[in-house]
Amino acid sequence: MDLGTIIWNTIALFLTVCIFSFLYKDNPFYKFAEHLVVGVSAGYFAIILFYNGFVPKVWIPVTTRGEWWYLLPAILGVMTWTRFSKKWAWISRFSIAFYMGIAVGVALPLEMQQRVVKQLHATMLPVHFMDIQGFWNLLIILGVLCGLVYFFFSVEHKGAVGGAARLGIWILMIGFGAGFGLTVMGRISLLADRIQFMREWYLMVTQALWGA
Amino acid sequence: MDFYNRLMNLDRRWVYLVVGIAVIIPVLNPFRVPVFVTQEVRSIYDFVESLEPGDIMFLAIDYDPQAMAEVHPMARAIMRQCFAKDVKLIISALSQNGPGMAEQLISEVAREFGKKSGIDYCYLGYKPYFGLVILAMGQNFRIPFPEDYYGVPLDSLPMMRDVRNYDDVKGVVDISSGNITDAWIIYGNGRYDVKLAIGVTGVMTANYYPYLASGQIFGLMGGLKGASEYEALSKQGDRAIKMMSIQTTAHIVIVLFIVAGNIGYFMSRKKNKK
Repeated sequence: MDLGTIIWNTIALFLTVCIFSFLYKDNPFYKFAEHLVVGVSAGYFAIILFYNGFVPKVWIPVTTRGEWWYLLPAILGVMTWTRFSKKWAWISRFSIAFYMGIAVGVALPLEMQQRVVKQLHATMLPVHFMDIQGFWNLLIILGVLCGLVYFFFSVEHKGAVGGAARLGIWILMIGFGAGFGLTVMGRISLLADRIQFMREWYLMVTQALWGA
Repeated sequence: MDFYNRLMNLDRRWVYLVVGIAVIIPVLNPFRVPVFVTQEVRSIYDFVESLEPGDIMFLAIDYDPQAMAEVHPMARAIMRQCFAKDVKLIISALSQNGPGMAEQLISEVAREFGKKSGIDYCYLGYKPYFGLVILAMGQNFRIPFPEDYYGVPLDSLPMMRDVRNYDDVKGVVDISSGNITDAWIIYGNGRYDVKLAIGVTGVMTANYYPYLASGQIFGLMGGLKGASEYEALSKQGDRAIKMMSIQTTAHIVIVLFIVAGNIGYFMSRKKNKK
């Protein structure tokens, strides 16, 4: 194991401990690590964006191929920066409107198709009692309908509508419970990974120091 | 203050301490827990297994280093399974902080299997605006990526010679920790009918089951559990499997805390009513 790896891993260990120290209470070590991660992420992203966006899409076409029209979208991009001035902020609306128009035009038909039509289609299932699948299909249809009834506020939630809404909220709660359980699993995974990293650091250092 | 009220007002730092101990114990005394494989993970494994040597698969590594704990084992296991079967890979990294991390993983696994860039795999790297990149790749990979991550033109790479777009790959597996997965579903599957499977973090998993039920994706790996299932099936790595013992002890402790908290809540409410 080379010295560089040990030093970098020790710095990583120190920063991990700094972040964990927040569990006790807020402190300058935590603040230092927090600001460092935000700064490093922003800096890394800025450079990645510059070399993967600006250089191949603006700089090279304009300077090496003389394709000056690549400057037009770049100017639209620069126009968004006028938001920092109260006097000139109105200029940014042109580029935002342009961007919104394209984004909505590209996304809307596909979003409707993938998130609404196909999902609706997936709830139009055959209900039968020949096997367990028919029962599951019925449960999906009931769940979707009752969940929708809960969000239907034009009719008072009384009687049959109230019953369906109550079943709807139960189904929503089961969904939130599943989401919460998976979130806990995710957070524990992150913690477990850091603890595992600490153990690996300890083994690496002891091996480097004593060869054991 | 009686016992139940004290339970309700327990300092959260005690909870952190007990969960911390519950996590440390299995790290110091490792043990294995059985891994039960679900159909949604098996579908992805079966798909990769069905590929022939020389077939091309697209692997999207769309996560940042902060999600490595959960989804890195998935990417590693799939990559190792593909390389072991001589399946060629086109790889992208559309999450802004991920390209360096992805390159590290690719070169490590490629070295292990003796695979070469441009012949056995092609790493495209990162380009901004993932939705537009996914759409553009549907026309031609060369539109967003005229060169690969290492600056080599795609046309000069032997494995990319007859490869234009998604029609030339057998399927896409997207390993993600953010809304790039939505873009793959909406633009990749919606616009180009790409055969798509996903691996996501635990937090995201529940949101994507409806897409599995509707057939918009054919497989789903959720969090570390999904990763451990894939490792168990493919026998490519065991990091996630090892961490499942930590998950088990931590979950038991959290369930006990939830039960204790509820008992405290109901008992103190009962007493306060009296």
